[in-house]
Amino acid sequence: MGAPKREKRYAMAMDTKKCVACSACVLACKAENQVPEGFCRDWIVEEVRGAYPNLKAENRSERCNHCSDAPCVDACPTGASHYAEGGVVLVTHDKCTGCKACVASCPYDARYVHPEGYVDKCTFCLHRVKEGKLPACVTVCPTSSLTFGDLNDPESEISKLLASRDHKVLHPEAGTNPNVFFLS
Amino acid sequence: MMAISRRTFIQAGSAAAGATVLGVGPATQWFGLTPDVVHNPGTEGVKVVPSFCELCFWKCGILAHVNGEGRVTKIEGNPAHPLSQGKLCPRGTGGTGLLYDPDRLRQPLVRVERKGQQVFEPVSWEAALDKVAEGMQRIKQRHGAEAFALFKHGYGGDWFKRLMKAYGTPNITHPSYAQCRGSRQTAFELTFGNGVGSPEVTDIENARVLTLIGSHLGENMHNTQVQEFARAIERGAQIVAVDPRFSTAAGKARYWLPIKPGTDTALLLAWMHVILEEGLYDAAYLEQHALGLDKLKAHVADKTPGWAYTHTGIPTQTIVETARFVASGRPASLIHPGRRTAWYGTDTQRGRAIAIMNALMGNWGRKGGFFMPNSMGVAKFTGEPAYPEHKHAADMPKGVVYPFAGSVLSHGLRDASIPGHAEYDIKGWMVYGTNLLQALPDQNKTLEALKNLEFSVAIDVLPAEITGWVDVVLPEATYLERYDDLHTPGWRQGFAALRQPVVPPMYESKPGWWIAKEIGKRLGLDAYFPFDSAEDYIQQRLAKDGRSLADFAETGVLLDKASPCYIEDGLAPVFGTPSGKIELYSQQMADAGLAPLPDYEPPDEPPAGHFRLLFGRAPTQTFGRTVNNRFLGEVMDTNVLWMNVRTAKEQGLKHGQQVMLVNQDGAKTGPIAIKATQRIRPDCVYMVHGYGQRAKGLKFTHGKGASDSAMVTRSSIDPAMGGTGMNNNFVRVERLEAV
Repeated sequence: MGAPKREKRYAMAMDTKKCVACSACVLACKAENQVPEGFCRDWIVEEVRGAYPNLKAENRSERCNHCSDAPCVDACPTGASHYAEGGVVLVTHDKCTGCKACVASCPYDARYVHPEGYVDKCTFCLHRVKEGKLPACVTVCPTSSLTFGDLNDPESEISKLLASRDHKVLHPEAGTNPNVFFLS
Repeated sequence: MMAISRRTFIQAGSAAAGATVLGVGPATQWFGLTPDVVHNPGTEGVKVVPSFCELCFWKCGILAHVNGEGRVTKIEGNPAHPLSQGKLCPRGTGGTGLLYDPDRLRQPLVRVERKGQQVFEPVSWEAALDKVAEGMQRIKQRHGAEAFALFKHGYGGDWFKRLMKAYGTPNITHPSYAQCRGSRQTAFELTFGNGVGSPEVTDIENARVLTLIGSHLGENMHNTQVQEFARAIERGAQIVAVDPRFSTAAGKARYWLPIKPGTDTALLLAWMHVILEEGLYDAAYLEQHALGLDKLKAHVADKTPGWAYTHTGIPTQTIVETARFVASGRPASLIHPGRRTAWYGTDTQRGRAIAIMNALMGNWGRKGGFFMPNSMGVAKFTGEPAYPEHKHAADMPKGVVYPFAGSVLSHGLRDASIPGHAEYDIKGWMVYGTNLLQALPDQNKTLEALKNLEFSVAIDVLPAEITGWVDVVLPEATYLERYDDLHTPGWRQGFAALRQPVVPPMYESKPGWWIAKEIGKRLGLDAYFPFDSAEDYIQQRLAKDGRSLADFAETGVLLDKASPCYIEDGLAPVFGTPSGKIELYSQQMADAGLAPLPDYEPPDEPPAGHFRLLFGRAPTQTFGRTVNNRFLGEVMDTNVLWMNVRTAKEQGLKHGQQVMLVNQDGAKTGPIAIKATQRIRPDCVYMVHGYGQRAKGLKFTHGKGASDSAMVTRSSIDPAMGGTGMNNNFVRVERLEAV
């Protein structure tokens, strides 16, 4: 079980301190990936804690965590959900029957059923990454809150960021080994 | 289909990559024979066109991707453009939602009467333009050219400004002055002899302490400013957020001061009191550059933190602590001037207080304060005859002068359209890209004015409410379908950016330059349009310096050489005040009979059971201009009423409950859902501006949310520059009766 060891391990660091929750990432993703009306592959969470006037806020841009131990891959009966290059979790449209086992297994609620019948979600824009570009959300982000890169490369910007900044993952208790990190 | 050998078939089943023609049918699926391929959504353009955005007024550089079918698939930030630096805000990303808005105006429309009913009849461009020329000619003959006014917003408006100047009227206005940033601009001009401009010359990225007072940067999504805001945070800059609402920026602040609305000036004066008393100001800078320090000291001597506490609700100790903290960041302690500051009718004084605070920090011209902008010298267009003489504008009531009005007042021209209000009456309107029913306070007055007009025409992309009130409606091409003039704003480094068509105009829409020129032709004003097209116009400008449109082919942007823009670079600041110095004490104000040092006037108190209505922005919307954009609407398609959780409970209101709002004069808007939140003071409510559109033609947004504009039936006029203070309106909440 788990993603096979690969040369690269693609990951994302999301800076909650810089993010202004503007949703540019959501819309850039929708345009890039032709995400149908009413759905999105990434989304914004504004978490505010405390009571007036003692408040704390955290803004997050969330998406599929491309877990190294992805429950969706385990749950998929057809092999449609799989680990692709760099450990990115993808769904092969033609193999997917839309059974939603993966949707139920994902602790991050990152998946939806595309009107064409297959399950869809964030791909880390692997089609762009393979061409040497960054994911659309990373490219557009006006606050540069999103950093994408290879965790197996200690010299990558993301490796350095994670080495120098406090960070967390979402639902660590799920044991999924997520590859999206939130800098705080 | 190609022939496939047995051997290839096996390879496809065992390898991740390979022939894709096999990936169909349940049999192959279940045996895992479908190869895994990385799906490409195919949105990368076969053509990528650089231009600049028009979803707001910031004018970021864009790269528009066009696919093989000629459809714009996506819009990205242009890395070569200094204002976007490869990034875009959500609205810029959503430009396709405007281009492909099914509600767009498609053909020229003329108001006619059919069976006793007024209707719009689609007509040819010839017929529509003839009608406009006829209407304008008639007004000129009967009342003089001055009786015709242009209201404009957006970059294409300058073509119509040219038309109006040629026609002979001074009544050319944009609501973005008196209804938005005018008081701030005027206050900085009075103090520093320089406005902060647009884009503002704030050096946010180098600030050590950034004070946001009435600026909700981050929700106010000015791309470059937000980029710099994030970079400043990354570098460890500290934020002081003064806002009745826990804004996004307040969520990142070291200090959030939930100030009582309308009392900013009291806080600013108390900050000055502490800073002057404790000697925390930049004495050397002021000695060299400023006048009136002693008068200021005397003026604020009694404006103690204790005094300010009674007005602002900010504890005395917090005022002292934040004053020291703000001063600790100097000379990179930027007190942001804000943008829309048309709030209480005392806004020039408030703007002056912000300007003076910045002066005490030694900010103007300094890194982390305000940079001194450079702009690219592209030669002006010439070749038109001198413009005709005319009377002065009719934008002030009879016998009234606002001495520091820096621009023609939009509400003033509206009022002048109600007979007898001004020195002379306005009888005709041209409205370009601004929905005056939402942009101006007091909608009833705007409707009354419209009913008094002899002729009116609107040029717009969408059927905004204003288009339903005019005689002729002309459909303009969107910014993605047209040329406009070059954009050469002041910035750290000067540059020129090109707007050019990404795709041809849809339907029968036409670019603004063409519309203006065609109307001009019909009015016998050809000579004022000595160019064949906007392209030719730009080309003529560029040719004077040996440049050409071809210079923009690669990136859409021409960068000037890098030039110094800070005192630290050895540049001396130039202050355009009468004294040539920073005027802490304003002799100009004194001479005009106005307070030469900022005075604090308490705002009106809400009547019992009412809340002060505040309004602002969300990152995905630029007021009424974008609320019908279905793509942006996927993130936010209505506004909600922010109300403090405890207040909501006291009122017996639940989160999500739909209510109507009724203001102090009985005006009503809604329904709107309650957002019960910890993030706002108990004495005010807040909503995002732009919703509650009444135009049925805006099919997506019609009926969604409430209109703050409908609640602004009162405005307090700023005596210095004539701006309309619009935050002096109060609402109560009315439960929706079960239907």
